[in-house]
Formats: sequence, C-alpha cells, structure tokens
Amino acid sequence: MRHLLSAGDLDLATTTAILDLAEEMGQVQQRPVKKLPALRGRTVVNLFFEDSTRTRSSFELAGKWLSADVINVSAKGSSVSKGESLRDTVLTIDAMGVDALVIRHSASGAPLQASQWVRAKVVNAGDGTHEHPTQALLDAYTMRRHLRTLAGDGELAGRTVAIVGDLTHSRVVRSNVLLLQTLGATVVLVAPATLMPSGVASWPVSTSNDLDAVLPEADIVMMLRVQSERMSGGYFPTAREYTVGYGLTRRRLGLLRPDAAICHPGPMNRGLEISADAADSASSLILDQVAAGVAVRMSVLYPLLGGDY
Amino acid sequence: MSRHAPSPRSTNESTGDHDTRIVLDAQEIGRAMTRMAHQILEHNRGADNLVLLGIPTRGVPLAHQLAAVISTVEGRDVAVGELDITMYRDDLRRHPTRPVGRTRLPVPIDDTVVVLVDDVLHSGRTIRAALDALGDLGRPRAVRLAVLVDRGQRQLPIRADHVGKNLPTSAGERVRVHLAEVDGTTNVSITRPVVANTGLAKENN
Repeated sequence: MRHLLSAGDLDLATTTAILDLAEEMGQVQQRPVKKLPALRGRTVVNLFFEDSTRTRSSFELAGKWLSADVINVSAKGSSVSKGESLRDTVLTIDAMGVDALVIRHSASGAPLQASQWVRAKVVNAGDGTHEHPTQALLDAYTMRRHLRTLAGDGELAGRTVAIVGDLTHSRVVRSNVLLLQTLGATVVLVAPATLMPSGVASWPVSTSNDLDAVLPEADIVMMLRVQSERMSGGYFPTAREYTVGYGLTRRRLGLLRPDAAICHPGPMNRGLEISADAADSASSLILDQVAAGVAVRMSVLYPLLGGDY
Repeated sequence: MSRHAPSPRSTNESTGDHDTRIVLDAQEIGRAMTRMAHQILEHNRGADNLVLLGIPTRGVPLAHQLAAVISTVEGRDVAVGELDITMYRDDLRRHPTRPVGRTRLPVPIDDTVVVLVDDVLHSGRTIRAALDALGDLGRPRAVRLAVLVDRGQRQLPIRADHVGKNLPTSAGERVRVHLAEVDGTTNVSITRPVVANTGLAKENN
C-alpha cells in the first residue's frame, strides 16, 4: 500500500488481510509487554487539524505498540494557528524525514492533496464529510467478531447493515458503504430526506425513511452522530422530533432481532440519536469498537511501513 | 520446485540447471521425530512444565507431531502452540512487507520449559528472532530448540538441542522440507545447482 486515503482503495483480499492481521495485533493488548518491534526506527506524525480523542489516541498507541516514534501535531498550538497553509505545514513536517503522516482535516480531500506533495505515506484519519477509512475497517472488524459468536461462518457477506442518522455530514457512512460493499454486505441507509446525501441514488445501497420498518431486517444497526457543528440549521425541526423519528429509543430496541448488534462510531449524543438503554444494552458493540481501534490501526500501519519501500 | 510423492532416496531428478535429491522420506522423518520426542522427554525428565512452540509455517505441524509422540509415551497431553516471529525479523526492511502468521500460546510461558520447533536450522536468525519474541511474552525457565534438519552455515551463536538430521550443505544448495499438512507430501529434499561450464556458474562459486 502506498497510502490509505479511501476505503474504496481496498480490495477484498487486502481488506481481509488487514482484518485478519488485526486479530493478531489485538493479542498484543493482552500481553505483559505491549510492544512489537516491527516499526522500530520509523516515525509517524499525527497531524490533526480537527479535534479527536479516540482516533488520535488510538493511532498514537498503534504506532507506539509497533515501536515507531510517534508525535502529535494539532492545529491548536502549532503554526497553523498563525495562518500557515496546509501545504506548508505538511511540507515542513515531511522535510523532517518522517515516514508516515496521519492526517485529519475538516476539508474533504485534504489527505489526498497532501499525499501528492509529500514523500511520506499518508493515512486518512477523517477528512471533512468525505471518508474515514480506518473507522470503517474497525467497524467491519467489530462486526465480524460479533458475527463469529453467532452461528454461521461469521463473515459479513449476505448480512444486512442498517446505517441510520446524519448521513449527509458523515464521513463514516461513506467509508462504511464502500468497505461493506467490498465485503459483500447489504447496506440500508436510513435518514430523514434532509439528511440523505445528495447523489445517494448512485451508491450501492438501498434507502429508507422508515426506521421502524428497517430495524427487524438488520443484523447490525449503526447509529451515526447528529453533527450539529457541521449543520447550518434547518435539517430537522427539533431534537425531540429527530429522536422520535430516527433515534434508537427504548421502544425501538424491541424491534431489533435478538441477535442483532448496535454500533456507534462515537462520540454519542445520548438521548438524541441513541438512548442510554440502547448504548448500554447487551447488544451494544460500542466499547468493542473503541477497543478494536488500536489493533486495526496497527494492522494498517504495518503493511504501510513494515517492509522495504 | 519439484514435488515428490514419498519415494525411495534413490530418486534423482535433474531439471535443467538443478539437481534435486530426496534425503529423508516420510518414514525416516517419522523415526527422527519419534527419537527427538524421546530425547526431549529424557532431557526434561518427563513432560512436566513442557510447552512446545512451533514456528510457522512448518514448525507448527512438527510441534504437533512431537506432542503426539510425547502424549503416547507419557499418557498425558503436552501443551502445544505456535510462535510467529515475522515482526521480530532483522531483515524486515530488506523485503516488501511480509505477511504475519499466528501466535497462539496454549498456557502462560512463565517458568515453563519452552521447546521451539522448526523445520530447518540454517543461519540461526529465525531462532534469534524467536528468542526475542519469547522475551516479550514471558520468562520461561529454559528454552530449547528442536529442528528436523540442521544444515549448518550458522551466522549467529545458536545451536539446536535436538536435531532430526544433520545435513552439511553449501550456501548454493536449497534444503526443502515438505510436510503432508502443508505441502501434501512428506519428505526432505536438497537441490543443488548443476555445475555448468559457464562463466556465470563459476562466479557464483
């Protein structure tokens, strides 16, 4: 792999290899010495132009557990706040001789742009409303592990995943649709018409405005955060009305199949898109998703930086 | 590379510029494994505290074979696992990214006697990597090494405790271990380049 910019760049074989490797990497979490020497001498820079807790800290741990040197640069407290451009910031850090740049930016396409300027490898850690490929990988990893606890082959092929909520502003949904299609799952997108992405008709998914009708069909229900910070108002009348129409409420939990699971990429708006009953229920995989973050990011960094390049 | 059905050692096969010879057939491998299993037991004075760890790929079925013999002899099961050393290799940077294998420890290895099992001992670098990997997993009381073939040519100060067959070779030769579990057939072959009258072959000497 040269870079990881989009979940669409990953074919089935590569995706399966990353998910299988994550199972091995996940074991490191249980070890007395949480360290593998594979990336000794490599340097990874987390370049975060947008706030993040779990993505940045899990990339940091992933790099460190593979023995890479990791530094974090965030927009606050860096020259970005003095008005330095994306290009100059990226070129400055690249010039120091780093091996990988993990970039989060509020502008869609920023990591792709950066990858054309630098010598280092670039990993997209979320760009605007475009993509978040490592989130899709860790979602797929978590779903696969959940499915393995049920009867059957534990693969996502033939399963139905419902993705519900603020789809317009979600990079997670775009990466998930691409990756789940590669893995052979059926995706149903559920949102009010105002939050359905434009051009969704050309996506390999079916769509619905009726959450109650979709829930009994789903093997996995992924609730997405209502991203108020990206909204300029007018997408839905009130928060209360949104919850009634599209929130995973206690009543809706009863519509789920008994073996269905609930995901949420976090951070959650409890009481808005997901109720505390749903988030903390036995069907919830939300903490498993967080736990998977480090292992999956390790298995993304290893093929990028592990060999000769 | 040519594949052989279990066949007598007289089988010789010349393909172009290579000459392949079977040096151990399935029966001989079986006898060597049985002998090594007994040596391990003798050395350890029984199966107490023993953990056999195969190094993927072919060390793993060999470790299971040793464990099967040991449990027949001792009448009890012995712990068997696998130890992948890919991320501990010292030549990771010299190749495209290598796929990582499985590591499965059957029990915690602290204070156990770990027997590393591999098919061929050559430079010793794999075993160096395995020792580093073990160090991150716990602190065994002792670590021993059992290999089916020791072909010499060591580059590090490492030796095997239990050897199926010593097979002195030169650097240009290739030793191949085939196991039914991995390759469909069971034998050990050695391939040497046929010395041809070309300047190129001479340079390689």
